[in-house]
Amino acid sequence: MSDRRALQIKQMSAHPGPIPGGEPGHEVQREFEVCKLVDTTTCIGCKACEVACVEWNDMPFSPTTFDNTYQTMPETRWNYWNLIKFNEHVRQDGTVQWLMRKDQCMHCADPGCLRACPADGAIVQYANGIVDFQQENCIGCEFCASGCPFDIPKFNQTTKKVYKCSLCSDRVGQGLEPACIKACPTGCLKFGSKDDMKFIANERATQLRDKFGFEHAGVYDPSSIGGTHVIYVLHDATQPELYGGLPSNPQIPWSYTIWKWLAKPVLGTFALFGLLGIFLHYVMVGPRRPQPEPLPKEDASGHRG
Amino acid sequence: MATAVESFDDKARRAFDKIGKNDVYAGELLRHPVYTRFLHWMVALFFFLALFSGFGVYLPWLFRWFTPIFGGGALSRSMHPWFGLGFVVFFGLQVLNWVVPMRWTQADTKWMRNIRKVISGEEKLEPPETGFFNAGQKLQFWEIVGGSLVFLITGIILWIGAGTFGRWTVAGSYVLHDISALIMLGGIFVHIYLSTIGEPGTFEAMTRGAVSEAWAWTFHPAWYKDVTGRDPQQAHDEARRRMNAGEKRL
Repeated sequence: MSDRRALQIKQMSAHPGPIPGGEPGHEVQREFEVCKLVDTTTCIGCKACEVACVEWNDMPFSPTTFDNTYQTMPETRWNYWNLIKFNEHVRQDGTVQWLMRKDQCMHCADPGCLRACPADGAIVQYANGIVDFQQENCIGCEFCASGCPFDIPKFNQTTKKVYKCSLCSDRVGQGLEPACIKACPTGCLKFGSKDDMKFIANERATQLRDKFGFEHAGVYDPSSIGGTHVIYVLHDATQPELYGGLPSNPQIPWSYTIWKWLAKPVLGTFALFGLLGIFLHYVMVGPRRPQPEPLPKEDASGHRG
Repeated sequence: MATAVESFDDKARRAFDKIGKNDVYAGELLRHPVYTRFLHWMVALFFFLALFSGFGVYLPWLFRWFTPIFGGGALSRSMHPWFGLGFVVFFGLQVLNWVVPMRWTQADTKWMRNIRKVISGEEKLEPPETGFFNAGQKLQFWEIVGGSLVFLITGIILWIGAGTFGRWTVAGSYVLHDISALIMLGGIFVHIYLSTIGEPGTFEAMTRGAVSEAWAWTFHPAWYKDVTGRDPQQAHDEARRRMNAGEKRL
């Protein structure tokens, strides 16, 4: 049964022509969009997900940094894809709130990394929504980092390749949940279809608003990038920046859309026309020769042309 | 400053003249000494290495065509900035070498107004005030100076990446880098055309260094006057008479 759940490619970076495996509506198999739900209100910051991620993905040891918080290191690394961001937030009434957010790739529906990538097939988006890096095709230009609104892709100086969370595409492809989900002891991490996770997230946000007094509680699933396949329940959805710099309005630089997919092919075509123009000049007008050259036939009497 | 540059160039020209030689035959003039030719071809070499290694990254449709030349996408990408640096270094030396003859003058402005006639081939002889370089050459030279600066600045930003300079700087730099490349790509078409089949006799100025006197009085009359002391128009007219006399004899 596992092959029936194999990953179907939906989008591919810098790929000219159709995607192998079929156009939308003619896919090899049916797949629903997957989603990881992170409920920051029930996260206790135990880092079990961090350890599970390092273990499953067989990462070498990465030194931790102590900075007087409960955070393992300042930001994710090429070999540390899952990091609980910690923030001690002092509210207006003087009370303190410990905000823990599991930071990892958001698996955007409209991935900025994939748009920015110039290497054919280095970044793929599966029909189930997972955005995955294919390191064998990566050229190490790091353009993906400039396309990503969440500062996720990280460069390895030794291999000259970029790495990030794969949402355990290897596990999901075999019908398993990602390693972080499996390790979570509080149930603040859930995995399932996007529709189900959105439903649960909204239920929880409603509960937080109605029963627990978090009047701004809500779900983070930013529409500016078409939604994400990792969604958060936040105590205060109006200020996602408090949660370790989660952008409230993530954007992909416009140049990756307009310049790369429209202007480049157009200007490349103009360049070809330039070549054609020069060829036609040679054929129709001809070269300028050092003078004197033999005069045109009807004018051969010696009068300078 | 200018004198320091001039003495550096003089020394370099003398040193390179000792290594290489200029083949100038009777009826010819020396146009480019060994040093200039060396710089020109180093600039050309690095330009094309940078161009072809950049092409694959430039357009997805070209990725599979151009990256194999350099052993794949990853190698293209890691070598491209070094090719670019080579281009900037050698072109920088060429700028020092050529900054004097490339100075823009009133005659150049006049020349540019007349460019339609040059393109249509109506103007057989360059105007008498056209010196060592004409306005078209100067324009291309200064475009490459500006373009190289854009390449260098945006290239370093793209090289070091979004971690240091921020995402939007990188995204903007990448557009400017490409625009500069496209302008130079158009320029190189014109440059290669005019220096080979477009104006016959030009190419050898950059190989063995010499051009014919006829070439000199046709395309760079003021320079011809400088080096020979003769009047280019007169020289041309004499050559025309000799040619006509020869034709009659045949």
